[in-house]
Amino acid sequence: MWSIYLNVVTQGVLTGLVYGLMALGLSVIFGVVRVVNFAHGEFAVIAMYAAFILFKAYGLDPLIAAAPIALAFFAVGFVLQMVLINSFVSRPEHEQFILLVGLAIIITNALLMIFGPDAQPTNLPYAFDSYLVGPLIIDKVRVYAATAAVAVSAALFAFFRRTRTGAAIRACADNLIGAAVVGLNVKRLYALTFGLGLACVGAAGGLMVTIADATPSLGPAYTLLAFTIVIIGGLGSMSGALVGGVLIGVSEALAGFVIAPSMKSMFSFALLIAVLVLRPQGLMGKKKA
Amino acid sequence: MRALWGAMTPRGKALLAILVVALLLAPLAVNRYLLSVLTLILYFVYVGQAWNLMMGYAGQLSLGHALYVGLGGYVSAALWVHFGIGPWLGVFPAVAVGAAFGAAIGWLGFRFGIEGVYFALLTIAFAEFTRIGFDHISFTGGAGGLFIPYEEKRLGEWWNLRGGQPFFYYVAFLMAAAGVVIAALLSRARIGFQWLAVREDEIAARALGINTFRAKMKAVLVSSGMTAVGGVFYAFYNNSLFPAQVFDIGRSIELILAPIVGGLGTIFGPVIGAFILTPLGEILITAIDRIGINAPGVKAVFYGLLLMIIISVVPNGVWPWIVQRFALVKRQP
Repeated sequence: MWSIYLNVVTQGVLTGLVYGLMALGLSVIFGVVRVVNFAHGEFAVIAMYAAFILFKAYGLDPLIAAAPIALAFFAVGFVLQMVLINSFVSRPEHEQFILLVGLAIIITNALLMIFGPDAQPTNLPYAFDSYLVGPLIIDKVRVYAATAAVAVSAALFAFFRRTRTGAAIRACADNLIGAAVVGLNVKRLYALTFGLGLACVGAAGGLMVTIADATPSLGPAYTLLAFTIVIIGGLGSMSGALVGGVLIGVSEALAGFVIAPSMKSMFSFALLIAVLVLRPQGLMGKKKA
Repeated sequence: MRALWGAMTPRGKALLAILVVALLLAPLAVNRYLLSVLTLILYFVYVGQAWNLMMGYAGQLSLGHALYVGLGGYVSAALWVHFGIGPWLGVFPAVAVGAAFGAAIGWLGFRFGIEGVYFALLTIAFAEFTRIGFDHISFTGGAGGLFIPYEEKRLGEWWNLRGGQPFFYYVAFLMAAAGVVIAALLSRARIGFQWLAVREDEIAARALGINTFRAKMKAVLVSSGMTAVGGVFYAFYNNSLFPAQVFDIGRSIELILAPIVGGLGTIFGPVIGAFILTPLGEILITAIDRIGINAPGVKAVFYGLLLMIIISVVPNGVWPWIVQRFALVKRQP
């Protein structure tokens, strides 16, 4: 009996790592630019459709396609921040929210017009292959997707810790005026950050196609999912996003298995409410000064 | 009330009077379809007004107001369907349940210092939580929905909110008018000024001796209770309730568009916003139908674009701009 639970938890951890990568994008954007990307999940769904099309048309494996998609998303994010969002950075929260909700609505419904409401399964040739580890039966696709998610996250960590640009971006996040005073080009760094955030979503969306079918209505659901994860982990905390992702992945998998699949996100929201009330800064977040 | 009337210029008074008279006489002049559009507009004026009290005046961003619409609708509809208790009585428990949820969210949020984005997320989380919960409550039909049976013989029972389109139009008109009056009264009352103080600078408000927690709680209670009444109307007007529809985050967003487009924290903002947005959406649907494109997302894409443009160009809403341009309200001395 316990081996079934172990299986479910393993599945949850692996899915959760991909969720975590998606949420990481949101966390990075908020941590630096201080704008909440309410169109986050919608971008993930665009990436899913992109991976889907690349697979159907050119037979490109989504795990490989995630790289060019991430690159394209970086460009989109950079331009979006430069053209539109930079002018909203110092505006009230509700105005930023409305701008991005407008964008989210456009994306979801444009996808609906183009692809229709039906879920599009990718049907990878190795979709049902699995590894046998002792009592565990682990889906191959989830292992690949989770490994890729961890790799991308690690690269992002390294970028922020090891490179000069990464340090500059962190400086903007820590002390905006100070960063401007020492001559950092804040607008460009913001654009870079937004690009990186979207690159995370792009990669995560590409990987997600291997474990979920693309459909427009996933957009708002993923936005909420990313929020839940990021709040649970701590807004602005990079490691928190991954921890939160795994936590939500496991709670979804367990709730889906033990109670009912349709109720799985109810537990995520319950967890979110609990964290908001008991520890608003998130599990890994720093306490507000 | 008199102060509000006195603050308007003769031109503003005349326009308001014309609007009220035109709306009262509208059922005589327009066809059924136009009347249904007007009903929808007035409904959005009312719920927009309710949301505006919380966001526009007290500065608390709620993105889960669909929760209160749904609860109000479900409570009153379930009482009617299962126990035959009419909405005139059912509206009280509906308001009580809506306000209780509002109080719970407000208490959790304000007591623990959850603000801004975090508070907005708390409201979304509650709405989503409830949506999924209602999917699994068989008493209210679960995901399959709750239906109020259409009975020919009950059509004239206005006290049970049963009637034709003109009847619902007048109900919506009364609600919208009441919403405007309530907002006007509250905004000029002591609590209204307390809300403004909280919105502008909560620490300063506290320094002035305002109990900001109580002020914010009052805002949530009034707003959620008012919205629940809107839910009762929604349920009996549409005769059906589905968790995936009423509690959807899309509903919450739809409901806040009018006050945002019209102007947050203004009395006539939600009115003008609803009168701009709803007809635009309807015109768009008709136009697309005429051209013969069958694309379900067009209206929403247009709303999205409109939102982005309005918030970029006139972030304070249309109403303040109109007031200034056409001198409808006397300048502040």
